[in-house]
Amino acid sequence: MQAIEFKVKWGMLVNLDKCTGCGACTVACRAENNLSPEVEAGNKLRTNDWMNIYELSNGEPFPHHEVAYLPRPCMQCGKPSCSTVCPVVATTKDEEGGIVSQVYPRCIGCRYCMAACPYHARYFNWFDPVWPEGMEKTLTPYVSARPRGVVEKCTFCHHRFMAAKERARMNDEDPTQLAEDAYIPACAEICPTGAITFGDLHNPDHEISKLVASPNAFRLLVKLGTDPQVYYYSEREWVRKLGDNYLKNDKGGENV
Amino acid sequence: MSSAYWPEGVERCSAGKFLVWLAAISVFLAWGGYAAFQIFSNGIGVTGLDNYFGFGLWITFDLAVIALGAGAFFSGFLRYIIRIDELKNVINLAVIVGFLCYSGAMLILVLDIGQPLRAWFGYWHPNVHSMLTEVIFCITCYCTVLIIEYVPLILENRKINQNKFCHHLAHNFHVYMPLFAGIGTFLSFFHQGSLGGMYGVLFGRPLVYREGFFIWPWTFFLFISSAIACGPAFTMLCGTLMEVITGRKLISYKTKALLAKISGLLLCFYIFFKILDTYAWAAGILPGMGLTFDEMFSSEHGYGKGLLWAELFWFGLLPAIMLVLPQVRKIPALMYLAAIMAAIGVTINRFVFTVQGLAIPVMPFDRWTTYYPNWAEWSTSLMIVAYGFLVMSLSYRYLPIFPQEVELNKQA
Repeated sequence: MQAIEFKVKWGMLVNLDKCTGCGACTVACRAENNLSPEVEAGNKLRTNDWMNIYELSNGEPFPHHEVAYLPRPCMQCGKPSCSTVCPVVATTKDEEGGIVSQVYPRCIGCRYCMAACPYHARYFNWFDPVWPEGMEKTLTPYVSARPRGVVEKCTFCHHRFMAAKERARMNDEDPTQLAEDAYIPACAEICPTGAITFGDLHNPDHEISKLVASPNAFRLLVKLGTDPQVYYYSEREWVRKLGDNYLKNDKGGENV
Repeated sequence: MSSAYWPEGVERCSAGKFLVWLAAISVFLAWGGYAAFQIFSNGIGVTGLDNYFGFGLWITFDLAVIALGAGAFFSGFLRYIIRIDELKNVINLAVIVGFLCYSGAMLILVLDIGQPLRAWFGYWHPNVHSMLTEVIFCITCYCTVLIIEYVPLILENRKINQNKFCHHLAHNFHVYMPLFAGIGTFLSFFHQGSLGGMYGVLFGRPLVYREGFFIWPWTFFLFISSAIACGPAFTMLCGTLMEVITGRKLISYKTKALLAKISGLLLCFYIFFKILDTYAWAAGILPGMGLTFDEMFSSEHGYGKGLLWAELFWFGLLPAIMLVLPQVRKIPALMYLAAIMAAIGVTINRFVFTVQGLAIPVMPFDRWTTYYPNWAEWSTSLMIVAYGFLVMSLSYRYLPIFPQEVELNKQA
């Protein structure tokens, strides 16, 4: 498959040495993107968290035991496994910025994209969303609520990208050359430890373009060929090693 | 007198007995209907599916019945294109079995997709790069072909056929049947393949991903060959089951043995390449992803290596050898057993690709998960089986499906 190369490529880097696993990113994401409160959250394979947090462990016994927390948004893959398989073009990667779209009114709910995504970044609306009375007033007006029967996922708060471009046009600026903080998703904005950096991977003025070049930066499952736009950072080798699968004595991943 | 509607020269059970039989079938239809109502009213959340297992029993069921229903197009191909005359004795049965399998699969899909009212988007907004688009095209078109093939059978009902128009229509349908058999073969070959291709292209799923030829992963060809291998055997089993239920001889043993032989030969071809494919996958694809063969299985979670060995050897190689040996085909019990084993083998294959492929943790920090279908999935699947029994019962009672029936029962 031919991957499209974009002039602007939005990327995210999560510093796992700074992440405390507090869940603020998840909460901000839910509020910003109109995810309805879970009625029954006992089955974690049914809950809907665009920004899901995994706990990593080095597997060592006390006192050498260490943990890390890995927030997992949609990877906005350069070569998405999901958009190519969608039978109805309800998810695409064709817009400047490289964000994988999700067109809710077109999705037929076949869940083939969910089967394709190895990151489990896609969620299905098993029931109609319900907001407790009065809470509907807190909905973000720029994000459509989804009905039951469609798939949804993180969009890097795409509506904020649209708004940032709009502002740039109004100020006679180039919308393809947005300033560092002109557009950031809710999760990056709220993170209390500043673990999430967001920006244009192709823009040398954006901090992220320098951070991803670090020997401590890595991505998840690059061996599969998905080419994610989400990076992680850790100075601990065991954390970086959990970014991909390795055979015994195998090297060849990213910065391991 | 309902006997006036029966095919000429045959015996059928009394109307009372038939109604009791239909009532038993209706129990399953009602149970499945209730589940379908719950699903349409509340959403697919009433099933056991979740965000890890977006595909489950329904898709396994669909893939299995579509593979087993391949007897229709392949028998049609052998009868009308290759001209194996003996198969005229089972072609009607093969068409009905195929129609039931495909229409049943489509009914399940209506439940399975989250927005059934948007099902037509596959035609309106097609993604030409998606194997599933091709599956939507071919399954719907082929189901239409099967309806066209089924219609003349209905028109041949003794009473309906007395109508001049119906009589001529049925005749003309038969004249053009080789054309429909050809179209059916083309469509079926492609969607059987695309169902395999659907999995083979999933480069994010190590268990199912395959390299291949041009745009088609090897699973494309393996799904075609496994379907055409099991289809004739399944058609033969359906005929035999009908004989057991009705207590009448419907198909000569010679014809059944021919179907078994066709299945055996094709199964040998399939299983040879399936074993090669499994080796190439374990030795080539998995190491490239940084994974090992052992990591693909977890007996603790119900996805042990036993499934693979069962699929390849006990329900693959063994029935292939049995069906291809004339000595085995001479013993009815062994021949039927081998056909059942082959059908189980292809079902395991579809289950493994659908469910086990999703159960494997791909991210190293993720964990194995297990899927349990719940009552809503079982009852709707059984409803489709009951629907098959219903249509087949009516067809058997009122339509001349088996050309050998009168002759065989006279001899008896």
